[in-house]
Amino acid sequence: MTMDAAKPRLTDIGPPRYDKYLPPVILKNYGKWKFHESLRPGVLCHVAESGDRLYTVRAATPRLLSVQTLRRYAELADKYCGGYLRFTSRNNLEFLLTDHAAIEPLLAALEAMKIPVGGTNNSISNIVHTQGWVHCHSAATDASGLVKAVMDALNDRFTQEDMPAKLRIAVACCLNMCGAVHCSDIAILGVHRTPPKVNHEQLTKVCEVPTLIASCPTGAIRPTTIDGKPNVEVIEEQCMYCGNCFSVCPAMPMSDAEMDGLSIWVGGKVSNARSAPRFSRLAIPWLPNHTPRWPEVVQAVVKIVDVYRADARPFERVGEWIDRIGWPRFFELTGIEFTRYHVDDFKYAPLSYARSAHVRH
Amino acid sequence: MAEAEGKSQPGVSPETPMLDELEQGPWPSFVTEIKAAAGSNASARDLLGQLELSYEDRLSHWKHGGLVGVRGYGGGVIGRYSDVGEKFPNVAHFHTMRINHPAAWFYTSDALRVLCDIWERRGSGLTNMHGSTGDVILLGTSTDQLEPTFQELAQAGFDLGGSGSAMRTPSCCVGMARCEWACFDSMKLCYDLTMAYQDELHRPAFPYKFKIKCSACPNDCVASVARSDLSLIGTWKDEIQVDQAAVKQYAENGLNILRDVCGRCPTHCMDWDGETLKIQNRDCVRCMHCINAMPKALRPGNERGAVVMIGAKAPIVQGALLSSVLIPFVAADELFETLQELLKRIWDFWDEYGTNRERIGELIQRVGLNAFLEGIGLDPVPEMLIGPRDNPYIYYQNEKEGEQ
Repeated sequence: MTMDAAKPRLTDIGPPRYDKYLPPVILKNYGKWKFHESLRPGVLCHVAESGDRLYTVRAATPRLLSVQTLRRYAELADKYCGGYLRFTSRNNLEFLLTDHAAIEPLLAALEAMKIPVGGTNNSISNIVHTQGWVHCHSAATDASGLVKAVMDALNDRFTQEDMPAKLRIAVACCLNMCGAVHCSDIAILGVHRTPPKVNHEQLTKVCEVPTLIASCPTGAIRPTTIDGKPNVEVIEEQCMYCGNCFSVCPAMPMSDAEMDGLSIWVGGKVSNARSAPRFSRLAIPWLPNHTPRWPEVVQAVVKIVDVYRADARPFERVGEWIDRIGWPRFFELTGIEFTRYHVDDFKYAPLSYARSAHVRH
Repeated sequence: MAEAEGKSQPGVSPETPMLDELEQGPWPSFVTEIKAAAGSNASARDLLGQLELSYEDRLSHWKHGGLVGVRGYGGGVIGRYSDVGEKFPNVAHFHTMRINHPAAWFYTSDALRVLCDIWERRGSGLTNMHGSTGDVILLGTSTDQLEPTFQELAQAGFDLGGSGSAMRTPSCCVGMARCEWACFDSMKLCYDLTMAYQDELHRPAFPYKFKIKCSACPNDCVASVARSDLSLIGTWKDEIQVDQAAVKQYAENGLNILRDVCGRCPTHCMDWDGETLKIQNRDCVRCMHCINAMPKALRPGNERGAVVMIGAKAPIVQGALLSSVLIPFVAADELFETLQELLKRIWDFWDEYGTNRERIGELIQRVGLNAFLEGIGLDPVPEMLIGPRDNPYIYYQNEKEGEQ
């Protein structure tokens, strides 16, 4: 298609109307669903007050998708469910069926294409993640590769519903956390561990010094003058490697192949079910960036999953399980070393000190 | 970018021994996806080569962003340049386009094909379905392709999403389209808000980003409480609807109702005697646990609406925040109007007092909740707090007796 000069230039049209791509069964029963049940892992049945049934088949995607694969998804949707499909907030693919008899052939087709089906109820759903080295400048690690390696090891936990409760994993490749991993059952977070190396010459050309100084949460960036021009210096012992200065100023690079790596956080949740939403807390301060399959990270995540799965009671999310058994026992059961890095020393640190005599033995 | 326009180089896919390892195993592989696109697209081929180099070097090879975009918009495109462009010329400029997704990510096969056809011709043929904020991410094209891609997408009914210090693309859960627990129409509200604030979305004018997420029940499937400056979470006012016969059926099927339902209720507001489930609804905090455990037997009440919460964000700059309660209940049919008025006041206050790159949650932390509430004309209510203050350092105001 070439641009038609006669066509008016369109702006601010917004997204497609919210009901534009809904299948007829949804348009008919919109807001009138009665209950749902699980037919098998990855297959849900929603029943409307009218008695209509909507079957959902949920399948895994790598999130990074080629147009070739998207077209294959479209073909499957055409063949089995009138062309209606959606994606979930965790990057799964969902086929929306009204014909019960089409479920088995669709599952067979997905199996033939080696696409895992699952991610429902008490399973480990797909990993929410960020861009990593595929497309980001501040990444301390790659996200897609980590997700692939971890989910290869946890594939059975996706395709079966054999966890005590749902377990949500997220990956973010730096503290900017485009993946908002901070409230996940298990979070894998890329970290830098070296202060930025100031490129003083580039800085004067591309950065605004007051903005740069204000970007530092710990006041580690101080104004200075170099060759008669405003510049900055970094008080290195005050830097906790958040990378915010690099976000506002390219002359503050901090990536380091040996020192960058991953930290693991546990026990967060966003749902209000039972306990309130909460942040994940530090389990492992650092693991190396061992490409291409991050064996140390995979091993650590699988260990935490296995211990939780064996020890948690029905309906206990990871954080609720730790509430019951306590952090000392979490470290004991998982074999993870407790270190000085687990003690918070930022803004709200005192809120994490134990303020009771409640000690388990 | 596209073969037809003569920019690609006839090329062989690069050797990628490290990435090839990530084609092993049962989980679908992103490497296989890049290779699929690389078969007919030179930029996808160079992306593969550059990514292999990153796996060898264990460093990113993307440079700090750059200002690129389409005419009249201040966002929606993320500038991206390679630091090894001489080696991988087809990704020397490799900008991301964010496309505002359809509510709750519903598509038809035809809609998907339209996106594919445009992006195959105009870009790398690689996407993210979807980005963290919700947008369709079109991964990588050159500067000259931005405007034509934008206009082709617009003709097909799609618009760019938000980036920079702007309102970001709002997102929502599946809501009334498929969920019996929807307490408000999250998809319609998300769409209405998106349309009402097209200018704020496309033309950055805020101190920093502003995200809105609509979850239609307290299960919060779009992580609204953790990931949005304005979090809307569905709830209800009246009693949980109970089908006692269905409750009994769950017990007969082996659910330990006393231990796993009543025992896990955060306010201990329910009791089960083997025959009847009794709920003290005035103590219920609408957490969803009992309803999640017995979806055929229990349903939210009929007087539905949302809790309006404010301030969530990731750690940068001053630390991560979860949203906190701003309005304990707004009826479903009053939500859009109420939010429009509320947003106007919040954005005015933020515009007046927010510093550069200060999210609304951090501004509230800095000036205090009282100052914020006064600024936007809301009275404090106990639902906003875990509890009243426990320190006696009170700034008493000099009010004379009889004066308000």
